[in-house]
Amino acid sequence: MARPKLKGHVINRDWCKGCGICVHFCPKRVLELDEHDKVVAARPQDCVCCKLCELRCPDLAIEVATEQE
Amino acid sequence: MAIKDYIREKFFPHIWCPGCGHGIALNGLLHAVENMGLKKNDVVMVSGIGCSSRIAGYLDFHTLHTIHGRALAFAIGVKMSRPELTLLAPMGDGDALSIGGNHFIHACRRNIDMTAIVMNNKVYGMTGGQYSPLSGYGTMATTAPYSNIDQQFDVVDMATAAGATFVARTTAYHVQQMADILEEAIRHKGFSVVEVMTPCPTYFGRKNREGSAVDMMEKLKTMTTPIGSKAKQENPALIERGVFVKKEMPEYCAEYQKIIERATKGN
Ligand SMILES: Cc1ncc(C[n+]2csc(CCOP(=O)(O)OP(=O)(O)O)c2C)c(N)n1
Ligand code: SF4
Ligand SMILES: [Mg+2]
Repeated sequence: MARPKLKGHVINRDWCKGCGICVHFCPKRVLELDEHDKVVAARPQDCVCCKLCELRCPDLAIEVATEQE
Repeated sequence: MAIKDYIREKFFPHIWCPGCGHGIALNGLLHAVENMGLKKNDVVMVSGIGCSSRIAGYLDFHTLHTIHGRALAFAIGVKMSRPELTLLAPMGDGDALSIGGNHFIHACRRNIDMTAIVMNNKVYGMTGGQYSPLSGYGTMATTAPYSNIDQQFDVVDMATAAGATFVARTTAYHVQQMADILEEAIRHKGFSVVEVMTPCPTYFGRKNREGSAVDMMEKLKTMTTPIGSKAKQENPALIERGVFVKKEMPEYCAEYQKIIERATKGN
């Protein structure tokens, strides 16, 4: 099966409440909270597209957009 | 259909606190529904009152936001009149098992085809952190400042004893399992009960010094184990998750249809 390739992290800053769950549980430490306590993809090149951040977000505020390689 | 097509975006961001497990339950349910390809018009969501019950407002199904403890009573009414529809009844732990406890056990007993989701945060979130029948002995709550002396119900044991034909438990941490279990529960023809452990950082967490939402999620990982695991034998305090009951029994609406046919025969 083709491995999904990252297009980008689609972050809804209006919906993100800065709980930090996605940041903490990302296996590759891709995400961070910025100075406004909103999530940002600080190291997108390390993302393995597991989508755990998207699945665990209580606010539906982060989406991992991918394309098939 | 994409996840976002199932929600009422105009009501977002939702009212739940940062890191509230109810939001993760919403997320997991959306993934289950999307995976099944359910049509919005074929699903009816009926909720009661509580932080958890607000979920009905955020989803673009047919939705009924009713009264505290009575989600199942309304859901049964809908299902009896339109048995072809898929019924989802999300409830809080207080909603389902204190004020709604009687509805809950009798719905289990009747085996009517619907999915009851108990969003268990072990506290009355909406009204300010009072203890619920699921808080457990020794926990702190605004109504138990010197610690709670009530023993807790076990949702799984109770649903099983009352006759539910599908009974499962999962947590907000185990999101993939959550989506899979919810899908299996919805597909099951009969009364399905899924307990989802959903942390309330604002009340349960703060009162019981469980730390941040992240800490509470970590705890779900370490305090639970798959059913029948070796870890459970070594540490009986671990809470098991997975599918506990899955059995076939006559379904209530199908049986009722037979009664209608019997009663109208020869007329
Ligand atoms: C008949 C009735 N009794 C009491 C209340 C007050 N009340 C509103 S929500 C709630 C409990 C909420 O706890 P739970 O069901 O666990 O939901 P949560 O907010 O924790 O998700 C209570 C007692 C009410 N709305 N209606
Ligand atoms: S009070 Fe608790 S249950 Fe209610 S929204 Fe806040 S964290 Fe969630
Ligand atoms: Mg509750």
